Amino acid sequence: MKQKAWTKFLRFYLPLGLFLLFLLFPFYWMFATTFKSDAELYNLKLNPFLIHHWSLVNLKHLFYQTPFLRWLWNTFFVAITSTLISLSTSLLAAYGIQRIRFKGSSMMGIGIFFCYLVPPTILFIPLATMVFKLHLWDSLWALSLIYPTFLIPFCTWLLMGYFNSIPKELEECAMMDGASRMWIFWRVIIPLSLPGILSAGIFAFTLSWNEYLYALTFISTSLKKTVSVGLVTELVRGDIYHWGPLMAGALFGSVPVALVYSFFVEYYVAGITGALKE
Amino acid sequence: MSQEIASSGWGRFRASSADFLHRKGVMGFLFTLPADIILLLLLAYPFVLGIWLSFTNTIIGRSGSFVGLSNYISLFHSNIFWLTAFNTVFYTCVAVFFKLILGFGLAIILNQDFKGKGLIRAIVLLPWIVPTALSAIAFWWIFDSNFSCINWLLLKIGLLKTPIDFLGNTINARLSVVLVNIWRGIPFFTIGLMAGLQTINQSLYEAADIDGATPWVKFKSITLPLIMPLLSVITTFSIIWTFADFQLIWILTRGGPDNATHIFGTLSFQRAIAGGHLGEGAAISAFIFPVLFISVLITSKYLKREN
Repeated sequence: MKQKAWTKFLRFYLPLGLFLLFLLFPFYWMFATTFKSDAELYNLKLNPFLIHHWSLVNLKHLFYQTPFLRWLWNTFFVAITSTLISLSTSLLAAYGIQRIRFKGSSMMGIGIFFCYLVPPTILFIPLATMVFKLHLWDSLWALSLIYPTFLIPFCTWLLMGYFNSIPKELEECAMMDGASRMWIFWRVIIPLSLPGILSAGIFAFTLSWNEYLYALTFISTSLKKTVSVGLVTELVRGDIYHWGPLMAGALFGSVPVALVYSFFVEYYVAGITGALKE
Repeated sequence: MSQEIASSGWGRFRASSADFLHRKGVMGFLFTLPADIILLLLLAYPFVLGIWLSFTNTIIGRSGSFVGLSNYISLFHSNIFWLTAFNTVFYTCVAVFFKLILGFGLAIILNQDFKGKGLIRAIVLLPWIVPTALSAIAFWWIFDSNFSCINWLLLKIGLLKTPIDFLGNTINARLSVVLVNIWRGIPFFTIGLMAGLQTINQSLYEAADIDGATPWVKFKSITLPLIMPLLSVITTFSIIWTFADFQLIWILTRGGPDNATHIFGTLSFQRAIAGGHLGEGAAISAFIFPVLFISVLITSKYLKREN
């Protein structure tokens, strides 16, 4: 019996513990650094893994001396607008491809899927010239319009899988009764696919919250930046790194997505697995 | 199929002016139109525009003229370019390899039944959920040359005599950015593969147990073959994302020291946006195309098989 407990420990608890330590340590480190004063942070005699004297000085710096709240709002604004644009267009597209089954619909489905593989690193330069010509330079709307290019392929693919699980008979019955496609879409399909819409929406929200390259390229005014871009440009001045406020910003910039995620974690996991299985 | 229905009684029944709108092709076209417009205008068009830009000498604020292959030729004569190509391949191969192994390992561990499984699974995804730019800042601080907590610990317990300069020398910097990429990518493999592991019929393992199969044999002849299609798709995704990465390296090293961590994404950003040479930058990012092309081929193979 004792032998068995040991093998269980070696085969299961030990590796799991090491994985968790590796995956979670950076978050603990953000947290610990956030609540330390500079005096403690830069004192090599103290054990850095513990918080000896709790201090709110970094939070004060972050919230009063940088436009952090404004960055949060900007990130939120872009995430919400791009998610709404992507969800509405993806719902229509997924329904058209999966349920109307017109000529070339499966080709279109595969085509939209491939759009998801196109990385931002090959699009940001041409997009920069376009954004400039469209007078959207340094405007958050540029991000709201461009983020759907990676959100729509993902959401469409995910929703196609979801629509596939709704019995066709429901639609056919409604059609017999003379209902139009739009009516069916609005009154039958949408209510039945709310969980799918929810996971697509959460996914889109976190993906746009996390975007960095486009936000870095198209926005230059400090007050218009998103959290991830603003933090580094404002809190690293030449060789001076304000590590305390930087970690506070990293922590509080992560909390909103982590919260959204924690409420809907099942949908999120279903989203990844659903999209992969399709 | 679509023709059939359209010419059936139902189709003729509606033979009116509205008929055109209700034809499947037209209807389907209208439903997909908004998504098509956005993707054509902001994805397909810039895709082509990027290729065109790579053949021009465009600079920020001034439209350029066609210069043929000269951007590519000057890249081929540049040592930094070849170093970047090496770094990109190194970064991708090493990171994807470890993400696959570790992600698969964690998936197998988490696939067992234990208390708090749901919670652990949710926590494990965190590195994937949290903005990479922000966790990269945390790693930047973990790797700080003076105050790295790893150095503090290793010096304290006597494993080190002098602190490691994580981001200051070429080899360390390369390994450090790979480590952070692995950290971020493990959850994607884990969650994806767990979904695959759950679909494997348990009776296969039970049958193997009766035949006295060892865990390794069971893994090799049941788990691996059944999960192969999913594993290939996940790996392909990871390869293209890692190959075309940007933010993690841009925050940690900006391609330094001595260009040791520049990959195509960071070098093209430096040349195009920081340096203003859009044409040259576009030529650098064009080197991501081959890998994109291969990933499209691989995934389409599996997509077709599924259909």
